[in-house]
Amino acid sequence: MTRPVLLLCQVLVAVVVIGLWHVFTTVPVFGRILLPPFFFSNPWDVGSQIYSWFASGIIWKHLGITLLESVLAFVIGSTLGVLIGFWFARQPRLAAIFDPYVKMANALPRVVLAPIFALWLGLGIWSKVALGVTLVFFIVFFNVYQGVKEVSPTVLANGRMLGMSERQLMRHVFWPSALSWMFSSLHTAVGFAVVGAVVGEYLGSAAGLGYVIQQAEGTFDVAGVFAGMFVLSAFVIAIDILVTMVEKRLLVWKPVASEGRS
Amino acid sequence: MQAGGAAASMAVALDDATVAFGIADNRVYTAVEKATLRVADGEFVAIVGPTGCGKSTLLNVAAGLLTPASGAVRIFGQPLDGLNAQAGYLFQADALFPWKTALDNVAIGLEIAGIARDEALARAQEWLTSVGLGAFAGRYPHMLSGGQRKRVGLAQVLIRNPKILLMDEPFGPLDAQTRQVMGNLLLDLWSRDRKAVLFVTHDLEEAIALADRVVIMSAGPGSRIIGDWKVPLPRPRDIFEVRLDKEFHALHREIWSVLKDEVMKGYAQSAQAVG
Repeated sequence: MTRPVLLLCQVLVAVVVIGLWHVFTTVPVFGRILLPPFFFSNPWDVGSQIYSWFASGIIWKHLGITLLESVLAFVIGSTLGVLIGFWFARQPRLAAIFDPYVKMANALPRVVLAPIFALWLGLGIWSKVALGVTLVFFIVFFNVYQGVKEVSPTVLANGRMLGMSERQLMRHVFWPSALSWMFSSLHTAVGFAVVGAVVGEYLGSAAGLGYVIQQAEGTFDVAGVFAGMFVLSAFVIAIDILVTMVEKRLLVWKPVASEGRS
Repeated sequence: MQAGGAAASMAVALDDATVAFGIADNRVYTAVEKATLRVADGEFVAIVGPTGCGKSTLLNVAAGLLTPASGAVRIFGQPLDGLNAQAGYLFQADALFPWKTALDNVAIGLEIAGIARDEALARAQEWLTSVGLGAFAGRYPHMLSGGQRKRVGLAQVLIRNPKILLMDEPFGPLDAQTRQVMGNLLLDLWSRDRKAVLFVTHDLEEAIALADRVVIMSAGPGSRIIGDWKVPLPRPRDIFEVRLDKEFHALHREIWSVLKDEVMKGYAQSAQAVG
């Protein structure tokens, strides 16, 4: 399939879905409307809602807040994940002691932490950042831990035979290996940073995309909910494209076959 | 055993080295038993034996990666403590740093020794050129073929100018033609300053074509050194030509008559272990 044909097919899917949505919410089939507009709104209303948000510019403030929270959650979460993952991997005894607690913390559905963070950190951005951090941290932590542990023994022995000291092994062998694993989990980590921000906003805040969706829902404004969802999707896709670009630059040394690892 | 000589003047001297590993159920697996081996400075010694006979184990002892349970290891007369800093090691598996370019992979040995990066890179470029990869400096290992990676590995080891070269079936994974080309490259580089070489292989033909001496090990467990032959073929050698030589064939037949039994034993044992 050539690129234009593929693109055409992809657009076609959107057209068909939106078309069906429009038909079922406006045209009666066998005397009744299959998707009541009260619950499903319709494409036109959703479109005009999105348009008015961007035309008036109010959405930018919310997008900016969500972006800021996501970026902070990602940066703090992955920094902690890299440092602690690295530390644990080099200190197996420490890792063994903390193992059950790490597993316990990771098994906990993070949403239940949102009210506690709201209590501790207030309704501002930091309670959302904290929620995002708890999500991002574990992904990066496990990847880096694995990355340091699974350094090829041959490459390690080679480093030693070339005369590397422990510090040089850190810098030239363990560190790049750990970072490569971190980068391979980049998509997931960034995605979870956004999830943390939006869920946090949804559960209690005064700004951000999650807040916009929650407000619309509170007034039975279904068009607003759908519009918020579309803006959020577009936002996530834009970030994902950015991440892919960064990844391509950082992992030039990696064979294409192993790119599927995440 | 021929080619003995005083241990003090030898590049590598193993005396009655026994290597054992603890395995499951508190049992001990003796990989190599009472191996005595001498490699003189400037001598090219090949170790040949059936699979699983502990050839690589012996090499790792010489490298200081393994400590023998008993016996002595001396490098240029000094007892070996820790890693063998005089030795360069070419591994069987890929050992290049995948996140570094070919050039950085070669330069790293100098950089960690404290040589300025500019100079290290310039010398690395020279080494890449002398292994025939001058135009591939910017490639990452996965963009190179198996043979090219071995060339980079060779340059990576040789740039540090080690006095001893340890090679663990370095050309094992390569196809037959590439192996011969790599063998000639190795002999060419070696002839410039004649380091002591300990070369492990399972390929008897390769061993005879390359080495000054061929050492045969028995099948494991508890392998011993059971034979030691001098290779009288003149140098410089061309690996393609030397295989047609009459003396080559005579020597090959002689060594193979000993090695064949061990190879059969090795197979029988691994079949038992599986069954």
